[in-house]
Amino acid sequence: MARAVTNRRKTLNTGLAWAIGFIIFFPILWTILTSFKTEAQAISNPPVFLFFDWTLENYAIVQERSNYVRFLWNSVIIAGGSTILGIIIAVPAAWSMAFVPSKRTKDILLWMLSTKMLPAVGVLYPIYLICVELGVLDSRIALVVVMMLINLPIIVWMLYTYFREIPGEILEAARMDGAGLKEEVLYVLTPMAIPGIASTVLLNFILAWNEAFWTLNLTAVNAAPLTAFIASYSSPEGLFFAKLSAASTMAIAPILIMGWFSQKQLVRGLTFGAVK
Amino acid sequence: MATKASRSAARLMMAPAVVLLLGWMLIPLILTLTFSFKKFLPLRGDQIESGWDWFTFFPSLDWVGFENYGRFIGSSSFWPAVQTTLVIVLGVLFITVVLGILLALLLDQPMWGQGVVRILVIAPFFVMPTVSALVWKNMFMDPVNGLFAHLWRFFGAEPIAWLSEASLPSIIMIVSWQWLPFATLILLTAIQSLDGEQLEAAEMDGAPPLKRFWFIILPHLSRAVTIVILIQTIFLLSVFAEIFVTTGGAFGTRTLTYLIFQRVLESQNVGLGSAGGVYAIILANIVAIFLMRIVGKNLDT
Repeated sequence: MARAVTNRRKTLNTGLAWAIGFIIFFPILWTILTSFKTEAQAISNPPVFLFFDWTLENYAIVQERSNYVRFLWNSVIIAGGSTILGIIIAVPAAWSMAFVPSKRTKDILLWMLSTKMLPAVGVLYPIYLICVELGVLDSRIALVVVMMLINLPIIVWMLYTYFREIPGEILEAARMDGAGLKEEVLYVLTPMAIPGIASTVLLNFILAWNEAFWTLNLTAVNAAPLTAFIASYSSPEGLFFAKLSAASTMAIAPILIMGWFSQKQLVRGLTFGAVK
Repeated sequence: MATKASRSAARLMMAPAVVLLLGWMLIPLILTLTFSFKKFLPLRGDQIESGWDWFTFFPSLDWVGFENYGRFIGSSSFWPAVQTTLVIVLGVLFITVVLGILLALLLDQPMWGQGVVRILVIAPFFVMPTVSALVWKNMFMDPVNGLFAHLWRFFGAEPIAWLSEASLPSIIMIVSWQWLPFATLILLTAIQSLDGEQLEAAEMDGAPPLKRFWFIILPHLSRAVTIVILIQTIFLLSVFAEIFVTTGGAFGTRTLTYLIFQRVLESQNVGLGSAGGVYAIILANIVAIFLMRIVGKNLDT
């Protein structure tokens, strides 16, 4: 039996929760609203919320002045490239650990996790130096590789927890029916693994998109993604709130939408399966 | 049944990931350790040769023993940086865990539009750090045009220059806003796995809400809280972008991470910065050990 809940209490909960949700979301809402204002309206006192002359000019100016599309493209390449590369390397590893576990599987998983704990600043100079030596400082390929390595432990872990949930009996049944290794992988396991792989891709794309230590320190002009582009607004000239808002909105909108789809995977991915 | 052949195939499938991560961990670590024992000031003419130098641990650089380690700790900016780091980490942890528990309890209650509220609450986690830091810095905390300044003036108070006068609380607030969704989401997941019957029984027995929270819900949450604390600590110890774009380490916001960054890349004192890096690695590992224990235990079940 469900606990009886009075309508009054439900209304109270709803009001409180919506109010708090609104407050937490407000900075994002305010950024989106400001991006449609003129610079003068953006700093007007008292602030205007909805009744202003909506304009798209900030978006045009941001693109015109700073070639926003180039930064966007860098972000897409770095986040997308590192995720794809990571998946290609992680799927076989997670697969073998989930389906052919040995005594050392647990140790290997924990060790992989431990590489994630290495503070980036502790290895900043060596990585910087290696990039200089190889002539790949401020190149997208360097960022793709670095980002892939940073997220590889999380990718392996997430895939491992998903693969482990695929019941072994199904494999045995397939084998009884005479399926070889190829059929087994192609027709039995892959369809069952696709949802897990998709969630892993989603979460890692988000993490790579938002990463702001290596992208700030290893890029200058050519490979700079949106994190670095936004950081260039920290020393502004003149009125810029509306333009900052437009640039910010463009940088966070796609990820915000993807993020809302990945809520559940977020818990699994970031707690390494310790909370489900 | 795993056969011998499938075992060696499994090892082969694991190899690329293991080798890459081993390289990613060991090569920079060995370099940082080596540099930490050397005098290495690239701007003052200390150069390393490509090629052989790399394989012989940089004989062209002077060996200085533990001098860098001593100087890093002895410098006047070390203890303030440690203190700043602790204040930020503990401040953010306190705020996110306490508010996270309250928020998770609230979101677990029956209500209309629960899904939408969840989405609103989680949103800040997906905002890239440079965006959230700059939005807060300019549109909220700016002493002239920020929303807070408008609000303060509306109530007849003098606006505060947040990031210079109250720099640490400001940074803590920005970072807490980013991490509250994470804490809330994980604690909410944990609360939802709580056995409803136990709570009902307690309610029937007339246990007041506060007692039910203290004796049933909180103990059930203890593991999730521990995990939130450990994971956040690891990320919070290396908070960087939020400081980089707001204060640039000024006004007492220079954390250990930021101090090392400045030594290594801004003043190019690689030896000194690397010694700092080794300290940071040790510190992170102390936290990591506890986290790994919990995660490891969970793997067995």
